[in-house]
Amino acid sequence: MRRKIVQALSAIITNANIQGFLKGTIYQGKLKNICVPGLNCYSCPGALGSCPIGSLQAVLGSAKYKISFYVTGLILAFGAIFGRWICGWLCPFGLLQELFYKIPGRKFKLKGNWTKLTLLKYPVLIIFVILIPLFIVNIAGYGSPAFCKYICPAGTIEAALPLMLSDTSLFLSVGWVFYLKAVIALAVIVGSILIFRPFCRILCPLGAIYGWMNKISLYQMEIDTEKCISCGKCQIQCKLDIDIYKNPTSAECIRCGECKPVCPTQAITSGIKFRKKPGQLMKKSLD
Amino acid sequence: MGKRRIIGAVVIVLAAAMIILGVFREEVVDVFNKAIRICLECIGIGWLL
Repeated sequence: MRRKIVQALSAIITNANIQGFLKGTIYQGKLKNICVPGLNCYSCPGALGSCPIGSLQAVLGSAKYKISFYVTGLILAFGAIFGRWICGWLCPFGLLQELFYKIPGRKFKLKGNWTKLTLLKYPVLIIFVILIPLFIVNIAGYGSPAFCKYICPAGTIEAALPLMLSDTSLFLSVGWVFYLKAVIALAVIVGSILIFRPFCRILCPLGAIYGWMNKISLYQMEIDTEKCISCGKCQIQCKLDIDIYKNPTSAECIRCGECKPVCPTQAITSGIKFRKKPGQLMKKSLD
Repeated sequence: MGKRRIIGAVVIVLAAAMIILGVFREEVVDVFNKAIRICLECIGIGWLL
């Protein structure tokens, strides 16, 4: 419940430009200089800040810069402090998927070979967010923000829908790019009803970065090996099917904390950890 | 302090330096200029290729 409140507050604060929804315009104030930690399209009428993935592509694809210290620094700072806690607690698009998941019906877990799909977000990050904007440029030297253009369902749902509803001329301008994105957005919506947060797990490039940073972030899940009886109840409870008692720094763990209350020995703790306490498991290798 | 936490702390310091460098290089202007205009790619308007 506490997480849902934080998620709702985060979604409201990052999309507080109510006027934009009413008028079909976007916020143009100085807060747009700053990237928000989660995935939130900057063309959403409510968005007060910039999308980190959109901004990264914008700077990489600009004719002036071919590396973005500012956006990369912000993403690294967010990730090194919080890791994927941002996905679980702050990301508005994550909340949206969780709301779809609340629609009653049969639910599925990504298991067995299907878990390999979670590796797809890494080539998405490298190819669509970095390589295409950097190297496929027009005659003026500008690269295309390929992730925003061909994949991002947040842009379709948070930006295209509200803007097109208030300005029909935008809707009349759509072509194949929109149809492609609409199919992906629809697949993400249907997928979210059946599977817990499929976009975050399979496609999200920000999740790929923060996931890697789960291993080094200050925010950690820790297992007290003296208390843990390896009963596996945490894994059964986990909607992402993570064996957190074996792998507390899993790149897939969004730090939702739902495993903590089901642990019969209270062996799982989480928070900003500066020091490792005796008896707490941290995997030794940087796998 | 474990090795991971040291790496985490180093990344935070590095990230702070990168943010400052990026601000001095005026990358923020590019971020701002992109963010205050409706992103046609984001809403799916434009040529497929």
